[in-house]
Amino acid sequence: MEYIVIIVSAALISNVVLSRFLGICAFVGVSNKVETAKGMGLAVIFVILIATAVTFGINTLFLEKTGIFNIDLTYLQTIAFILVIACLVQFLEMFLKRFIPSLYKALGIYLPLITTNCAVLGVALTVAQDYSDFAKGMTYAFGTSLGFCISIVLLASIREKLEDNDIPESFKGKPIVLIMACLMAIAFTGFSNLNIG
Amino acid sequence: MEIIISSVILLAAIALIIGIFLGVSSEIFKVEVDEKVLKVRACLPGNNCGGCGYAGCDALASAIAKGEASVNQCPVGGEAVAKRISEVMGVTADAMDKRVAFVHCDGTCVNASKAYEYNGEKDCRIAASLPNAGEKACANACLGYGTCVKACEFDAIHIIDGVAVVDEEKCVACKSCINACPMKVIELVPYGKKHKVKCSNKEKGKTAMNACKVSCIACGMCEKNCPKNAIKVTNNVAVINYKDCDDCGTCAEKCPRKSIS
Repeated sequence: MEYIVIIVSAALISNVVLSRFLGICAFVGVSNKVETAKGMGLAVIFVILIATAVTFGINTLFLEKTGIFNIDLTYLQTIAFILVIACLVQFLEMFLKRFIPSLYKALGIYLPLITTNCAVLGVALTVAQDYSDFAKGMTYAFGTSLGFCISIVLLASIREKLEDNDIPESFKGKPIVLIMACLMAIAFTGFSNLNIG
Repeated sequence: MEIIISSVILLAAIALIIGIFLGVSSEIFKVEVDEKVLKVRACLPGNNCGGCGYAGCDALASAIAKGEASVNQCPVGGEAVAKRISEVMGVTADAMDKRVAFVHCDGTCVNASKAYEYNGEKDCRIAASLPNAGEKACANACLGYGTCVKACEFDAIHIIDGVAVVDEEKCVACKSCINACPMKVIELVPYGKKHKVKCSNKEKGKTAMNACKVSCIACGMCEKNCPKNAIKVTNNVAVINYKDCDDCGTCAEKCPRKSIS
């Protein structure tokens, strides 16, 4: 039950994009087709899960005072985590290029940009700081990345519908997308009254 | 001091492990890339603007290497880049002839008759799904709601008097409008040709005549009078074979409907 609460609250109530404003770049950039948005969402889930697992290990083994060095090295969290995330994204890029070239092409420049997707680093840092239990931390990471995936796929399906509509000249392109994102964020505040657990 | 040393060691160790891991996996996941693609890619500007109609310079490079795209597809690089690519690809100069999009329709508000009044969404894709493919009486007409205009990245196509018209100077032949047009009335033609068929109507005689003042009625006058045999009536509409056409203008003179410009 506890794990379900973590997933629901991370995915819906405090949605990473819509209520914490992380990962907006990919959210706006790759949401023009549902197919690519799905690919992006799954890639982010993959990167966040592995990155959180590895950074959690690095954090407890080396960085914290209880670790091998017996010194508080937590100030290294940001740089060490960024290294790990960059490595994972590189690996993912090679993997996709080899096995799913169509998705590799569709994601284009946004694939290497997962490196700078602050949602990934945000989750890794939150887990390292707030969760001492590995399983709960991973559940939180999964919930958050699921939230990203849900919101980007939702936005993409709205944008596909928007495509055929007559939008005022000055709102064409990104402005209308940001307005859509704003309306989605308002809708998602409805989840904050959700009483679970 | 201890903190500095241990943090340096730690980061160095992480970086080393990551480096080895990435090196090994890049060997495992290596993808064989055609040498031609790499060479063509090196010629392209590399700002991934997408102006060519492909996802980026890499996508265009592989399309050129496969022969799907022409060597002068890159609008940013222009002639200089096209020249270098043609050297890599080993194609002759005639493959580099500039082409531009052309709308095979002159059904302006004055010329085309209307079958009914349409007040819906101003988008060709929606209008084309209606009976008789839009309000114009001709079922093969340019609808004039500007879906192609929205698709064009180069401001090279505009709706003038209810019909899309291509600006030959600005057009880079990226095919965005051709792919966007639900009526399929846009085609690539050689740049600078004065005489082109401005109609796509596939009906015969009277039906075509009633639909539009300048419709091709498939009478065959152009075909009979062409000195080069470069114009043929196919599917009830005149089609020019630009390879044989010398732009003499006999067809335009003889056309009783003035549907050849």
